[in-house]
Amino acid sequence: MSFGGELNIISTLLSGVLLFTGLLFFIAGSVGMLRFPDSFSRLHAVTKADSLGLGAIIAGLMFYCSWWQNLLMLLIWLLVLASGTVSCQLLARFCKNKQDQA
Amino acid sequence: MSLLLFDLLLCGLLLALALASVLSRQLSHAVILYIAFGLLMALTWARLAAPDLALAEAAIGAGLTGALCFTALARQGRLAVGPTLGWQQRCWPALFVLVTLCGLLLVLLQIPVNPGPLPALVKQQLAASGVSHPVTAVLLNFRSWDTLLELLVLLLALLGTLQVAPAPVRQSSWVLSRSWSQLLAPLIILLAGYLLWAGAHQPGGAFQAGALLAAGAVVLKLNQQLNWLVWTNGWVRFFTIAGLAVFVIAVLAAWLLSDAVAEPVWLSWPPEFAKYIILLIEIFATLAIAITLTLLVVAEQPGTPLSLARQEDNETADG
Amino acid sequence: MRPLMAELSSSLNVFLATAAALVAIGVYGFIVGPEPLRRIVALNIISAGIFKLMVVLAYRGSGNGDAEWLADPVLHALVLTGLVVAVSATAFALALLARLGQSMTAGQEDPGQ
Repeated sequence: MSFGGELNIISTLLSGVLLFTGLLFFIAGSVGMLRFPDSFSRLHAVTKADSLGLGAIIAGLMFYCSWWQNLLMLLIWLLVLASGTVSCQLLARFCKNKQDQA
Repeated sequence: MSLLLFDLLLCGLLLALALASVLSRQLSHAVILYIAFGLLMALTWARLAAPDLALAEAAIGAGLTGALCFTALARQGRLAVGPTLGWQQRCWPALFVLVTLCGLLLVLLQIPVNPGPLPALVKQQLAASGVSHPVTAVLLNFRSWDTLLELLVLLLALLGTLQVAPAPVRQSSWVLSRSWSQLLAPLIILLAGYLLWAGAHQPGGAFQAGALLAAGAVVLKLNQQLNWLVWTNGWVRFFTIAGLAVFVIAVLAAWLLSDAVAEPVWLSWPPEFAKYIILLIEIFATLAIAITLTLLVVAEQPGTPLSLARQEDNETADG
Repeated sequence: MRPLMAELSSSLNVFLATAAALVAIGVYGFIVGPEPLRRIVALNIISAGIFKLMVVLAYRGSGNGDAEWLADPVLHALVLTGLVVAVSATAFALALLARLGQSMTAGQEDPGQ
């Protein structure tokens, strides 16, 4: 499957579905961040939905790229996943400390 | 067509974020919106096919500026609450700015389409510059004067900041974030080295590598790592100044070694050595930029914080 | 890279107008925004607009049909220098601001001592 090469119909369909799913997760996460009442549920919405959405988008893009680019994209996904988790935990700890003090 | 839609969306988002950052009631909202604005600027550079700028902006606009602004926000205290402005106080500036914007757009439409002689000159002389990436060639050969002065500006900003920076806000770090930053550190060093090496023939170079290293170092410093990276350390001072010093020494050496000693040309490398001179300057400039930016963001000097100065004042007043 | 640039020329005007509008928004924030920190942020928005303008101007001459056409590297290099100088100037301004805040709180505490 070369770069910019022709895809058969199943691959196109599959990548389209994956990209659409990823987009849906992103939208859901953003809506959750805007609508949820307190910091914890906002964090929950953003980190979970966005890391899953990014994964789905990367999986969808993998049909179009070479194996080397796929590997790099996977690495990026892992980095974002871990960084998102760590920063979510940090923010949640900060909020918890603030709540305990109040 | 679809790309035009993407551009319209990107520009609309940029404008909305900038406007919201300027108009928002709370200062913390303004800062957070500005950080998001910086991230979108990096995307804009990538869209405008300026990958050098995108790399630098991703490290500076998204990483360093965020840390800077949040530190400033944490230190604000009483300054954070400003007076609320009346309707009229907002109206007149808005009118003035709108008139200026119209004038600006009129002027922009009259800029000649012809790009001028510089791009053609760069393309023509690229072979003699020692590198094959035009932006690096401009930065470190054709207009190295700018880069030299820029290193000087960085050094002056650092010296000024060290004089006035108040005592740092001490906070404890947490095990998980500390170990994650330690895991990231080798990756960042690897990426910065690659960027530096790649700068000779493709997007990348001393500025991007330095900014990336600085972003990584700031994360580590905020997690109470890298305790040797303080201004009192002699080696840190040495490498901060070495970026400028190596540049000047290279200029002088190239001057003396060139054939035309009688009629020297300031800041011109002999073509056969240009590659090595540029590499040498870039390595030291990267280190200097990285250390300077790190210290600018997490400025901490134990020497003269305000509290110490006040203590001395009290003592002299008592005596 | 080539098709990207070819597609770009149609939307360059959008980017040009955005750059001008960013400068205008920054100027407005610099005049109005009451807190000093917001003024510094507004200055950074102005500089972002100017950098964007310069990068768009680097595209002049792309319509000549030259196959090996490159964006003006001089402007790119200038903007790269400008980014680093802008962040160092911002850091210096914020340090001054922090010192100002500290001395103000110190001045307010002193009479009570």
